[in-house]
Amino acid sequence: MLNRLSTFLYLRPKLVLALLLLPPLIWFLVVYIGSLFTMLVNSFFYLDGFTGQVVREFTLKTYAKLLIPANVQIFARTTSMAVAVTLMSIVLAFPLAYYMARFASARMKTFLYLAVTLPLWSSYVVRVYSWKLILAQEGIISWFARLVHLDGLLNWYLSLPVVGGPSLSVSATGIFLVFVYIWLPYMIIPIQTALERVPKSLIEASSDLGATPVQTFRTVILPLAFPGVIAGSIFTFSLTLGDFIVPSLFGNSSFYIGKAVLTYQGTSGNIPLAAAFTMGPIIIMSIYLLVARKLGAFDAL
Amino acid sequence: MSDNTAIEFRDVSRVFSVKHENQSGEVRAVDNVSLQIKDGEFFSLLGPSGSGKTTSLRMIAGFDRPTSGQILLYGQNVSSLPPYARDVNTVFQDYALFPHMTVGENVAYGLMIKKVARAEREKRMDEMLDLVQLPGFAGRKPLQLSGGQRQRVALARALINHPKVLLLDEPLGALDLKLRQQMQVELKSIQQRVGITFIFVTHDQEEALTMSDRIAVFNQGKIEQVGTPAEIYEHPQTPFVAGFVGVSNLVTGPVAKRITNSDRTFSIRPEKIHLAASSAEIDGDMYAADGRVRDVIYLGLYTRYLVELDGGGDLVVVEQNLKTTSMDVMKVKSQNVRLFWKKEHARYVGG
Amino acid sequence: MLSKTPSKQSSGERSSMFLKLAALGTLLFLHIPLWLIFIYSFTTDESAYTFPPPGLTLKWIPQAIANPAMQDALFLTLRVAFLATAAALILGTLAASAVYRYDFFGKESISFMLVLPLALPGIVTGIAMRSAISLMKIPFSFWTIVIGHATFCVVVVYNNVLARFRRTAGSQVEASMDLGANSFQTFWHIVLPNIGTALLAGAILAFSLSFDEVIVTTFTAGNQQTLPIWIFSQMLKPRNRPITNVTAMLVVLLTALPILFAQQLTAHSSDSDK
Repeated sequence: MLNRLSTFLYLRPKLVLALLLLPPLIWFLVVYIGSLFTMLVNSFFYLDGFTGQVVREFTLKTYAKLLIPANVQIFARTTSMAVAVTLMSIVLAFPLAYYMARFASARMKTFLYLAVTLPLWSSYVVRVYSWKLILAQEGIISWFARLVHLDGLLNWYLSLPVVGGPSLSVSATGIFLVFVYIWLPYMIIPIQTALERVPKSLIEASSDLGATPVQTFRTVILPLAFPGVIAGSIFTFSLTLGDFIVPSLFGNSSFYIGKAVLTYQGTSGNIPLAAAFTMGPIIIMSIYLLVARKLGAFDAL
Repeated sequence: MSDNTAIEFRDVSRVFSVKHENQSGEVRAVDNVSLQIKDGEFFSLLGPSGSGKTTSLRMIAGFDRPTSGQILLYGQNVSSLPPYARDVNTVFQDYALFPHMTVGENVAYGLMIKKVARAEREKRMDEMLDLVQLPGFAGRKPLQLSGGQRQRVALARALINHPKVLLLDEPLGALDLKLRQQMQVELKSIQQRVGITFIFVTHDQEEALTMSDRIAVFNQGKIEQVGTPAEIYEHPQTPFVAGFVGVSNLVTGPVAKRITNSDRTFSIRPEKIHLAASSAEIDGDMYAADGRVRDVIYLGLYTRYLVELDGGGDLVVVEQNLKTTSMDVMKVKSQNVRLFWKKEHARYVGG
Repeated sequence: MLSKTPSKQSSGERSSMFLKLAALGTLLFLHIPLWLIFIYSFTTDESAYTFPPPGLTLKWIPQAIANPAMQDALFLTLRVAFLATAAALILGTLAASAVYRYDFFGKESISFMLVLPLALPGIVTGIAMRSAISLMKIPFSFWTIVIGHATFCVVVVYNNVLARFRRTAGSQVEASMDLGANSFQTFWHIVLPNIGTALLAGAILAFSLSFDEVIVTTFTAGNQQTLPIWIFSQMLKPRNRPITNVTAMLVVLLTALPILFAQQLTAHSSDSDK
């Protein structure tokens, strides 16, 4: 019986392909691509201010709303935060990635790889939560500042505009630190992968030709690591753009894209505006990805 | 078709459509091939890579199906049967042993699938391991074996079902020279003991000549020539066979005409040519050609000379070092010589 | 050449020392926050996040475990993760088999489509599903959470299984059929043992992805609270800090340990292949 079925299917490879492919394909087309499409459709509807109902008519009104100064500011604030987080991640990730790729023994490398990926896989909310503990006024940073008699410096820093605030927890610096912490592993791994592909002989060849280590680093290693940096930045940039958990828990009440989306769809039921807002990160990321592909970043993924 | 035909190809073609960048086309991997392989034969499919020999083997096994034509196994059309419904087993190039099973489980796999009772299974598995000279290896894992041992396990696994035909896909390719020569002898003796048809795919002409009863030489999806090793070597019918099997000098056009008074292309094996002083007298049943030795390579067992003919073109000549030493042979370099060979050794080849 | 060597070496070593310190710094930055979670689970301070803790106690652990709100959230999360993982296992394995075995139009875009829900910011997947669910007037429920989770979990199973298929010699399947096994017998005796650990590793990763997820869940849940959402709400309006501290620690343990195990599974099988 099974034998006959097996033979029946063996002689019809196209049927087998259809049986294998259709369930996941239908799921993704209906559940995911379909959802993205309805989001797009929704962004062309608008919310009637009097009735509080979504009006299902094609309009660009909702997109026009994105251009009011307050919303433009949200985009600008979120994008600058994403840029800052990405740059800081590169600075912090590079030494560790470089050490992993070039100097660590095989055992050490396995250990470091686990050490980097473990935070990535352990709970996102809990990792955010740990910074609630760290940045609190009575928390470890303030304690440490007092211990080394730098609390004056900390207070001076917090009194600065833009980066400061009443405490670290409710400052833009707080948001920045948490973002860097959360997304850093996404930067380390691609850079390490890219550096791993730099052949040792290339580095030796460079120093053999009389380059100092600094020159070798600048002219050989950095350009070759660049695709990895771009690949990592795709993650840090995109994830920062879309996050609403961190800005909800840290910083003052200024809006970021994610928080705005959550608020519009949640409290005011304005799904069209939330959908239009979401197109922002999608468009920013599409441009970023196009540029990244031009620069050859996808080879390092 | 006679009773003793094991495998027959009737106008078999296998066409692959290929998509490459922005152009698509067809590759005729096997192009209208007809062939008969006799029961009990050691038959080799010989050819360079991409010549269609492996595709032909895969179609016999059932991993691939002909685009057109028929394949008959002992008279039965098996063209569209799945592999498990054909009484044919295969020894794979990479052995394809199951890494999660022991050697014994690998060998007995075919019997397990057929639901043969355990006691019977183990008895036959032990017999097979004895046949391939691996007694007592049943409990090991394939990863613990050497390349040669894995090869033997693959052979035992393929023979346990007593197939009508055994297919071997370049099974010796991964072994080193010594082991390969030893396995060649052993394969041949196992074939004689079990008495079933072996179909052997190889790109190594020496291997094919050593082991086969008959050889089919493949080129670009077509069979160039089928014959015994001696026929293939001594009477190549096409320039391709002459060039691919052994080393041949191909002489064409005006050069051929100067030597044979005919511009038909002929081939002459290097070892059939004699080297003599330029003044030597040549008998009437010989062809002769004059030239200058351009290069001499001393190879211990024999010496290879490259002779530039006065009328243009080169001939390779090989002579055994029966009396000469390396000192002697080197003296010939740059000398004028006369080459001669028996007329019957010059083979006219088509094209 | 020779005269240059000493200076080259010394500067090489100096940068390596600096490099080691910088690498260690990054590593500590990644891990110290997680250690703090453990310390705070034992603090006697109930109303603030004082460091160093004024005293240590074990009393919060039984209290947290007995907390009904926490328990409800935990069980809901486990049920969601279990079903999402099951769906992801089936869909991911089917897709991986199709991509591995066959050539078809659009094959290259399959991986891209599967990874999208994980690669795009969670908020995009979240709001997209929210707008679809509301447009179709489907009530938000346990099932809408499961569907959302399964969608972004498929890719981890798919990647694991496809990688294993590619490492396994394709001739094994042919060898099995050659020896008389039909497609189903071959799947049972050869394919399944080969991809078994990849399936397990994929399932563990999918499970912990689902177990942790908060952003998509925020948009696809009705009034259900999964454990991450419960912790998030506790952070927004801290009511019971000690219980939250202990729950956070338990979540770290529950997710980190299976992941370590999954890493071992994939690492071991790649060793034995070589």
